[in-house]
Amino acid sequence: MRMPEPNNGVLSRRTEIVSDLRRILPAECVIAEEEELRAYECDGLTAYRQLPLIVVLPETTEQVSDVLQYCYGEGIKIVPRGAGTSLSGGALPLADGITLGLGKFNRILEVDYKNRCVRAQTGVTNLAITNAVNGEGFYYAPDPSSQIACSIGGNVAENSGGVHCLKYGLTTNNLLGIEMVLMDGEIVRLGGKYLDAGGYDLMGIVTGSEGLLGVITEVTVRILRSPSTARAILIGFPSSQSAGTCVADIIGAGIIPAGMEMMDQPAIHAAEAFVKVGYPLEADALLIVELDGPSVEVDELILRVEAIARKNGAQSIRISESENERNDFWAGRKAAFPAVGRISPDYYCMDGTIPRNRLSEVLDRMSDFSEDFGLRVANVFHAGDGNLHPLILYDANSPGELEKAEQFGAEILKLCVEVGGVLTGEHGVGVEKRDLMGEMFTEVDLNQQQRVKCAFDPTQQLNPGKVFPTLHRCAELGRVHIHSQQTRFPDLPRF
Amino acid sequence: MTEQLNPITARDTCEIIADAITSEKTLEIMGAGSRRSIGRPMETDHILSTSALNGISLYEPDELVLRAGPGTTMTHLQSELAQNGQMLAFEPPDYGPLLGAPLNLGTLGGVVAGNLAGPRRIKVGAARDHFLGVEAVSGRGEIFRSGGRVVKNVTGYDLCKLMAGSWGTLGVMTDITVKVMPAPEKTRTLLVNCPNLSVALSVMTAALSSPHDVSAAAWLPQSIVSKSAVSYVASSGAALAALRLEGISRSVEERCRSLREDLASFGDLEELHSHNSLNFWREVRDVRAFIDFGDRDALWKISVAPAEAQALLNKLHAVADMDAFLDWGGGLIWAQVSGMDDGGSSIIRRTMGAEGGHATLIRGSIKQRALEPVFHPELPAVARLTERIKDAFDPKRILNPGRMFEGV
Repeated sequence: MRMPEPNNGVLSRRTEIVSDLRRILPAECVIAEEEELRAYECDGLTAYRQLPLIVVLPETTEQVSDVLQYCYGEGIKIVPRGAGTSLSGGALPLADGITLGLGKFNRILEVDYKNRCVRAQTGVTNLAITNAVNGEGFYYAPDPSSQIACSIGGNVAENSGGVHCLKYGLTTNNLLGIEMVLMDGEIVRLGGKYLDAGGYDLMGIVTGSEGLLGVITEVTVRILRSPSTARAILIGFPSSQSAGTCVADIIGAGIIPAGMEMMDQPAIHAAEAFVKVGYPLEADALLIVELDGPSVEVDELILRVEAIARKNGAQSIRISESENERNDFWAGRKAAFPAVGRISPDYYCMDGTIPRNRLSEVLDRMSDFSEDFGLRVANVFHAGDGNLHPLILYDANSPGELEKAEQFGAEILKLCVEVGGVLTGEHGVGVEKRDLMGEMFTEVDLNQQQRVKCAFDPTQQLNPGKVFPTLHRCAELGRVHIHSQQTRFPDLPRF
Repeated sequence: MTEQLNPITARDTCEIIADAITSEKTLEIMGAGSRRSIGRPMETDHILSTSALNGISLYEPDELVLRAGPGTTMTHLQSELAQNGQMLAFEPPDYGPLLGAPLNLGTLGGVVAGNLAGPRRIKVGAARDHFLGVEAVSGRGEIFRSGGRVVKNVTGYDLCKLMAGSWGTLGVMTDITVKVMPAPEKTRTLLVNCPNLSVALSVMTAALSSPHDVSAAAWLPQSIVSKSAVSYVASSGAALAALRLEGISRSVEERCRSLREDLASFGDLEELHSHNSLNFWREVRDVRAFIDFGDRDALWKISVAPAEAQALLNKLHAVADMDAFLDWGGGLIWAQVSGMDDGGSSIIRRTMGAEGGHATLIRGSIKQRALEPVFHPELPAVARLTERIKDAFDPKRILNPGRMFEGV
């Protein structure tokens, strides 16, 4: 992976920078020893590693501001890092950059039931927010599968989703306010406990910006009352096509399930071998549909879903009759990644989104790729929202297999875009999909996005090398070019 | 002389803007013009209307996605959706009569550009939350796209968020992709007799904190109740909190029963069934209570933390001749202020502060809109970002210049 050329001036001043930082921050907040830096050399995308120049772990927003102001003045790059669970390399360090870890921002600041929101520091885990309010019957809706570890600030940076997106939305739909620090040290508060922005939706653009616009230090999120009932139905199908039609029919019937997950046969087998909860091994595709809400509603919708499944040739149907049984249905799906990890030395997790109705075509083409590359693939699919997670199985110790897996992955993502989908549904672009951005966007599109980056970070010191395949200087992007008009429209009134 | 330009393709739009750049002309960006009076008064050289960029180019009910030109009227779009039992879940309002224009004039582009939302905002979000993809022409004369047609998408910056609520100041949208949702089978409204605002806020908070999936919560004082065209409401003669339940029939009935039990101690309860419910919430959505107005009246849309609504209203009532009602469980105040030269701007802004929410002057005299900030004043750090975002999209200040903020 090609990263921006390290600045030798910064590298050579390392000792001086360390002592400056130790003046700005308490000494224990600055990490400079190689063995300690090692813990920060990668995030959840472990294929890429780089030792950071220095790691700082500030404790307050003012300290973050002081560090950024210092780095801004000194021309030093910053890589923000939450819990380090990014699957796209969003927190991959830079050799000449300071990794700014937010792990010490771990306090919930306020639980406000009257306004149904929680204000938390950026490093609080996603699950900790739900845990803080579930005693009162509330929860925080977005639930990425890393929720036990991932930080809420990281969720904002990545606009994280989870299995309940279709009904309850992504991070951006559940976020009310943020406090962030700009690269020049300025502290900005956007939103609050109220809805929508009065001016431009700056919080909306920061959400999902992958740490390139500012360092988020505090977050205010909406909490929802937990549904009184949730039940799941486990449906085996003889083909992914019939499972796909079933999904379309459920939605076509006006039902929005809380979650709707699909697994293909390799994933079913791996999961069943791992958790042994009775998944139908003969099925070619397995659908888990969860409905939540008042019990009378859930009971009725379960019957409607069951009828739709039968009409679509379901081979097996099980309806959860208890919380234990519902959790069992999910256990295999939730353990799908580690389960696949047991049947292969390594796996590479992809994250494209496709229009749901192109699923069986995409799966067919994917099995062709699988033969071409000689690598197996298992699929788990957020069927409700079209987000596909193909897991490519490979062996990193076998020469050339990682590269092959990466090429296979790139082909899958190009296919997603080709059928009307996108490169990434929830894992982010980071470094992983950076060089594929041209598959989805034109130069004009990417330049317009980079101009937004320039509005927040004109010197491009925040997390450079991520998201954008080519870095343009902000001054260059600022110029207005009028393209010579070849075609005139005579029927249009002109000035 | 001001000309109106009606591009029919993105390419035309691009040409017009490129011409405007070279000839240093400004453009007012307009759909059908139904919300044209919102914002600071502008004097532009020409008008660019998106009304010819219309029509639905993609609608897949099973995929819950629709793509249309910005000039597509909401009436047309909603009737297409209704044929498939679907809707735009954020309940786009029609402010036509409120702003002195006819009903059913508004376009999809206008709804999105204003990031509008109705009573269901508290449950499903605003236009921004349903806006999946955009093609637009920037003030640089370039066609750019962002987003896509799928709900789960984090590929690149979400420029749709900036386009929504930018009131045509960043770009001219030429194609809009939105998420659509199934319409509820049944709607019922529980009315709770609440003369006192603090009781009403407790009722709304209790309802929205319940597991009964309340999709709207409003409070109307008696002065507003009496204006309702739903005779059941008008004749109640008392201030009312209204709570909406939607979904499949059995569920709505069951939840309504449970909610009645939960709220019985607060006051007398009545129910509106589907037809009356739909009419009632349309009145709330479109702010029909304030369609009659005089020269000295100003209408404010104020977004606050629900628990702050009462304190703010009390302060305003103490100094201004004002009538107001609440939506969004108390988080949205619609306030008509009468007889103040500044329309109440300074008292509202002073009371709210810079971070307590935002107040927008939705309807006011030209003088008020010229002299008072129509959109909530931003703190310097945010205002600088706003200006730089404008630079990023429209550095020559061609598109709706000054409509939101001076110089932007």
